[in-house]
Amino acid sequence: MKSLEELKAIREQMKKQLDVRDQSDSNIRVAVGMATCGIAAGAKPVLAAFVSEVDKRNLRGISVTQTGCIGVCRLEPIVEVYVPGQEKVTYVKVKPEMVPTIVADHLVNHQVVTRYTIGAAEQEENA
Amino acid sequence: MKELSLHLLDIVKNSTAAGASLVRVELTEAEDHTLTVVIADNGRGMSPEMLAAVSDPFTTTRTTRKVGLGIPLYRLAAEQTGGSVTLESTEGVGTTVTAVFHLDHLDCAPLGDLPGTAALLIQGSPQIDFRFSHATPRGSYVLDTQEMREMLGPEVPLDAPEVFAWVTEYLAEQEAGI
Repeated sequence: MKSLEELKAIREQMKKQLDVRDQSDSNIRVAVGMATCGIAAGAKPVLAAFVSEVDKRNLRGISVTQTGCIGVCRLEPIVEVYVPGQEKVTYVKVKPEMVPTIVADHLVNHQVVTRYTIGAAEQEENA
Repeated sequence: MKELSLHLLDIVKNSTAAGASLVRVELTEAEDHTLTVVIADNGRGMSPEMLAAVSDPFTTTRTTRKVGLGIPLYRLAAEQTGGSVTLESTEGVGTTVTAVFHLDHLDCAPLGDLPGTAALLIQGSPQIDFRFSHATPRGSYVLDTQEMREMLGPEVPLDAPEVFAWVTEYLAEQEAGI
């Protein structure tokens, strides 16, 4: 059985990492649209997938946050990625199985996954 | 919304947006197959006019568009099982949303992923405190973020991925036990 006591172990473990974390200057931010529209479209498992993936890969300097309605509800679930010094990237109709690719390619290797972006979705709609 | 827990995720966001520092989420299942969900916050509350208007889909505080479907969809989900949604609010004191669902009604959505929902609520608003409880005729549990903070100390924020993983697993075990 898991217990509250285990949180103490997490605290100890994270104390050791704190110094390392402070030095990381990347500070990438991932914002998942979690308004009514996003949730209804399936944003919850997408958000959970981002948090789990960041935990699994033990990535530092990346924060996963929740945001409100981004304004293009028909393209939800929407995920925005902010890399310092770069233009914001908006991923649309995101599914949990797309998350490991976005994390590996974009957050870790800084290569935008163009095929999942809003630009690609709009081109498809206009084609 | 395919699951009641998705509604919770949505409705509790109203409490965090209202500047609450403490939100209680209480699920109580009774012998007669009713589920009562109380979401109570100490946020800024609503005026009687706003309170009367929030179930209207054309009422919203958001600025991106003129519709707000959170409360109307929640009300629909409850009423289609023969249940109800009641709102009480006092400006400067807080808001309490009480919903009753008839779990044995054909049109009742499944409860869904409660552990994941609670974990995401904590992850999404690490600065505020939550008290989740779920009681059934078979047993009950409580998760209080104030108790979690005592264990974690000031260094570890509640939105740390490690904490998210712990909450998800802890609540999954608690759910399995009741």
